[in-house]
Amino acid sequence: MKPADPLVVVKNLKKYFPVTSGLVFQRKTGEVRAVDDISFTVERGETLGLVGESGCGKTTAGRTLLGLYPPTAGHVTIDGMDVYAARRRRDLLAIRRKAQIIFQDPYASLNPRWTVDAIVSEPMRVHSILPDPKARSERVKELLSLVGLSGQLVNRFPHEFSGGQRQRIGIARALASDPLFIVCDEPISALDVSIQAQVVNLLEDLQDRFGLTYLFIAHNLSMVRHICNRVAVMYLGVMVELGERDELYDHPLHPYTQALLSAVPIPNPKQDRARQRMILSGDVPSPLNPPSGCRFHPRCPLAVERCRQEIPAWREVATGHWVACHKVAE
Amino acid sequence: MTMLLQTIDLKTRFHIPEGTVYAVNGVSFHISEGETLAVVGESGCGKSVTMMSILRLLPAPPAEIVSGQALWGNRDLLRLSENEMEQIRGREIAMVFQDPMTSLNPVLTIGRQLTESLRVHLGMGPAEAAQRAVELLEQVGIPDAAHRLGDYPHQYSGGMRQRVMIAMALCCHPSLLIADEPTTALDVTIQAQIVELIKKLRDQLHMAIIWISHDLGVVAGLANRVMVMYAGFVVEEALVDDLYEDPRHPYTLALLAALPRVDRRRDRRLKSIPGAPPNLLVEPRGCPFAPRCEFAMERCRFEIPPLQPVQGTHAVACWVDVTTGGPR
Repeated sequence: MKPADPLVVVKNLKKYFPVTSGLVFQRKTGEVRAVDDISFTVERGETLGLVGESGCGKTTAGRTLLGLYPPTAGHVTIDGMDVYAARRRRDLLAIRRKAQIIFQDPYASLNPRWTVDAIVSEPMRVHSILPDPKARSERVKELLSLVGLSGQLVNRFPHEFSGGQRQRIGIARALASDPLFIVCDEPISALDVSIQAQVVNLLEDLQDRFGLTYLFIAHNLSMVRHICNRVAVMYLGVMVELGERDELYDHPLHPYTQALLSAVPIPNPKQDRARQRMILSGDVPSPLNPPSGCRFHPRCPLAVERCRQEIPAWREVATGHWVACHKVAE
Repeated sequence: MTMLLQTIDLKTRFHIPEGTVYAVNGVSFHISEGETLAVVGESGCGKSVTMMSILRLLPAPPAEIVSGQALWGNRDLLRLSENEMEQIRGREIAMVFQDPMTSLNPVLTIGRQLTESLRVHLGMGPAEAAQRAVELLEQVGIPDAAHRLGDYPHQYSGGMRQRVMIAMALCCHPSLLIADEPTTALDVTIQAQIVELIKKLRDQLHMAIIWISHDLGVVAGLANRVMVMYAGFVVEEALVDDLYEDPRHPYTLALLAALPRVDRRRDRRLKSIPGAPPNLLVEPRGCPFAPRCEFAMERCRFEIPPLQPVQGTHAVACWVDVTTGGPR
């Protein structure tokens, strides 16, 4: 592989969850199309933001591309290795070692009965890195100091830490196997504002230091603009727009992206009052029975007949700026 | 403008097995008719406990209101009987909570829950209450309101549930609405809908609002006045424009600097606030923010700064003048 190749390539990824009824003989009565045919790449060393409202499939996309959920269809390669073709444990381990994840909820993602040492060293045990226990616990202390925690805390349990500190433990665990790629699934949503900035700065420092590549899943659009190089917007299981950060924020093309950005409050009263806001009506429809054609058409102020019937193609309208909308000019 | 509610030196503590939690430490504020006051702070800063204390919604024990007054007209809410309080709660002062799923009863229909306070507080009969409930749902923008009265909470989306909570709060035309993080659990486009709705209703009904939030962004477009809290203290209070343009407390400054902006290109790393909020199990001795403060002086560590006016209605609890970096 040439180093210029993208680290992660996602092609036509689909993930449907079956909906069943009946207690004993569960019949499939429908499916939730959580992720419905998305394709994108993550370049080496970049941070790609994946944004959208709850239920848009961003978390499912992140988990499916790591192989945590079996995909319904599609292909994913990470550093040239096919994630879904890995049948043998050895191949799967090799992928897992390179690709890690940080979860949203720092309370639910750490085992409450394990010490910090056991939590952070688990990836090393799984991947047989540093088999010597003494070297391993030295490495745990080193990882903790990397994320700004004292090495003396190794024998403590998760409940003894604050939310921000727990998130740091989760980051240390993700770093333990020397990964290339980390999916950050809403890593700061559960944290207070003053702590969010600490964690974001830490993620940036670690990226600089180890050349990490991030997929940063979030709904905080301001933070995504700050941390990401490129941003992808999802709506109801599909990708509607993808572009370089400032291009996307300064010139959003898809009406959904425009509405999403205009809904974000600005911490400046005069500017916020002066702003013309685009308020969407209604709620996100159910992914169980998504609208025909363009999935955004029932809420879209620009929708025409064509939008109801025809699924808009995913096309590149300017270099690196992709959009799926009939109303965007060629 | 007429003063609606004035709280003076409120102190609330919780007695728990681990010791005493100093949750609210001498909070004073007021709100006038038709005004929107935002109370901003991070989790554990005492913003909700302050309002719950005033409405006497905290179970005692473990909670204890150690001192203070909450003047509502000529009555002190902290000294009313439970019966008198029930006449005020929901009728004169209404509340909307953060999580619309847990604050609605899942086994009762929306209509039943919405008509309850109409029947209890206003003594309406079933038909009249149902009629009024439909009007209320229409007022908060629920389409096809008459048919949706018989639905259960799980049949409503998160944004619609919050609209129902607002409709419930509006039932008896309260003069004060206390909204505790009403948009935190909602997506950003739904949050914008709810904020617009609240603004519209405020102007229509001429209602005062206390909006509790951790989000300085939402507050900017909504409030007339903002009160910033930290560790159970009010650290800064100002008209909304003054607070954002000319913040005078190091904590407010730091919070604003820690926020990235959706409308601006990245120009620097985020300025983070080092450390973590203080342990509330320790009785506060000095300024609660001193250990994390870049301006802190010797005095800050052992003397609690009082909330003092700096300019007009702008008040700050800080020994340091942040514009010069020297003592005030």
